[in-house]
Amino acid sequence: MIEIPAFLHWFALLAQGPGRAAAPTLQLVIKVMDIVVCVKRVAATDSQIKIAADGKSLDPAGIEFVLNPYDEIAVEAALAAKEQFGDSTVTVVTLGSADAQKELRTCLAMGADKAVLINDGGRSQDAFSTAETVADYLKGTAASLIFCGKQAVDGDESQFPPRLAELLGMPCVTEITSLTLEDGSLVAERDIEGAREVVNCSLPAVISTNKGLNEPRYANLKGIMAAKKKPLEEIEAAAIDPATSIESLSLPPARSEGKIVETVDQLVDALKNEAKVL
Amino acid sequence: MSNIIVIAEARSGSLKKTSLEAVTAGKELAAKAGGQVIAIIVGNDLSAAKEALAASGADKVIALQSEALAQYSGDGYSAAISGELASLDPACVLMAHSAMGRDLAPRLAANLKTGLISDVTALHYDDSKFGATKPVFAGKAYRKSYFEKSPFMATLRPNNWAGQSDAGSAEVSDASPSVSAADLKAIVQEVVAAASDRTPLQEARVVVSGGRGLKESEHFKLIEDLAAAFGPGVAAVGASRAVVDAGWRPHREQVGQTGKVVAPTLYFACGISGAIQHLAGMSTSQFIVAINKDANAPIFKVANYGIVGDVFEVLPALTAAVKATV
Ligand SMILES: Cc1cc2nc3c(=O)[nH]c(=O)nc-3n(C[C@H](O)[C@H](O)[C@H](O)COP(=O)(O)OP(=O)(O)OC[C@H]3O[C@@H](n4cnc5c(N)ncnc54)[C@H](O)[C@@H]3O)c2cc1C
Ligand SMILES: Nc1ncnc2c1ncn2[C@@H]1O[C@H](COP(=O)(O)O)[C@@H](O)[C@H]1O
Repeated sequence: MIEIPAFLHWFALLAQGPGRAAAPTLQLVIKVMDIVVCVKRVAATDSQIKIAADGKSLDPAGIEFVLNPYDEIAVEAALAAKEQFGDSTVTVVTLGSADAQKELRTCLAMGADKAVLINDGGRSQDAFSTAETVADYLKGTAASLIFCGKQAVDGDESQFPPRLAELLGMPCVTEITSLTLEDGSLVAERDIEGAREVVNCSLPAVISTNKGLNEPRYANLKGIMAAKKKPLEEIEAAAIDPATSIESLSLPPARSEGKIVETVDQLVDALKNEAKVL
Repeated sequence: MSNIIVIAEARSGSLKKTSLEAVTAGKELAAKAGGQVIAIIVGNDLSAAKEALAASGADKVIALQSEALAQYSGDGYSAAISGELASLDPACVLMAHSAMGRDLAPRLAANLKTGLISDVTALHYDDSKFGATKPVFAGKAYRKSYFEKSPFMATLRPNNWAGQSDAGSAEVSDASPSVSAADLKAIVQEVVAAASDRTPLQEARVVVSGGRGLKESEHFKLIEDLAAAFGPGVAAVGASRAVVDAGWRPHREQVGQTGKVVAPTLYFACGISGAIQHLAGMSTSQFIVAINKDANAPIFKVANYGIVGDVFEVLPALTAAVKATV
């Protein structure tokens, strides 16, 4: 597709005559925003989990690693915010090993402007050390809107976004399913047990995204080509010790062999007299 | 002696069941590690919740009451509780892994410069170290870790401890937090209740889920009827992603890796094949019942009881039988 140069749009507007041209100038109010998305490389959700020889970690052999599914939603939300606010930049940040360059490139291909890898050389991290390290990095930036996923589907912690918010002294709205960004504030909705909360929040802020917020765009070929030329900065992670140490990683106990019953009466009888749950 | 702190939670004035579970978990740790179990609750109109908490088995109850904190605010509640914790010598801080727990506990942990193990299913105290076990990779593995810092913090998966509602009468004290409305940055403006007063999916004792085998969204009436047969407040309706994506059911009902993780006493999978991402959301349920017309459906591998049959025949009969029993 051939891109229409931006100035042609202005010719088009001027051609509409003076009375018409006044209204669109409102859109000229450009708010420059530094939008950040924190992302993580994780094992794909259909991975067969095998435990490594150390008994504490995932055996990566045969595992496909991908961008955390909730982070795809966060990247999409950031790109939508940029589209709304105009001249903003979207920076994706991850703390991880050099392998995570692949997932950062995926974000760049979706449309992010730049990427930062805080390289920890694959050191063991927990929610405490991860958030402290990323917060230290972000303190030196002008980030005013920080998107995260609701949870990383490896450790399933759901900890990083509120931790980051506390460390940066920002408010936080977690697990959002809808978002309205305004000048200096936002309104978001989130599902809670049996109800929905409508939350009002000032900017700068940290937001974590839930499924249902948007449909993440795919990286098209043009995006993938463009991503190769976009800046990917690599910095070394400071050594912050985790607050927790892993004792073991184990597979869940096998469920006992199930029982096929023929009739509803047999089922109800089993639930009542064997399982004793009715 | 350091104390075990439980952060409790009220919804529309009444104490949440998961907070009772957290007090029980706190008592379990106190029995090993010593210390008192002190429950903290934050909000405005707390009289009913305080009373319920006083009978939960906690040694002490502290109510942080303020008009400014009538509605939840992550930054506001974190500031108020952090201020109170400073004088309580906490060895351990526990909370339910609820929507509020997931929002608040990590903030508190960051503020206290400590770790947090979230969504735990077991707590440990060995060789004077606190630890916890939690499902990772959506329940495909369990990770056990110990704490290197203090206080120990954990959020607890619902339905893993038995809450008590008549276990004593704790001393209740009121405190007024030094947080004013002007300090708050994120505030809940409005809580829109779900269409019915249905039991929240993650707290329900019974979950009845339907999948693509139901064929049409209207047929979910069969699922709703079975859930209703257990009586009010017992069962919740769940769904597979296939039917959520098809627009038959709202996303909040989705069970699985990218939906809700549930661990009820009894889980019904009706017309659900049992894809690995669905199992991720329900395989830690205590008893699983599968109804599927395909005897080779993977759901039967995790089911305790299965009926190979047509949901349109089995469900009405089952609903009638459950109604007659409970
Ligand atoms: C990244 C990712 C995340 C995902 N997250 C989730 C998730 O969170 N939750 C989730 O559920 N899925 C998730 N999925 C999708 C998952 O892989 C499956 O596609 C989905 O669970 C299938 O839903 P289903 O069992 O309803 O449908 P199907 O797989 O189509 O199964 C329908 C079943 O109904 C049975 N059936 C048909 N007619 C009848 C009848 N009359 N009576 C009895 N049985 C009948 C069939 O035998 C079949 O077993 C995810 C997938 C991906 C890739
Ligand atoms: N190592 C990391 N680097 C950057 N962002 C992260 C990292 N770990 C977690 N996050 C972000 O925090 C969200 C929640 O992760 P978690 O708290 O680990 O479940 C993820 O969806 C990411 O947006």
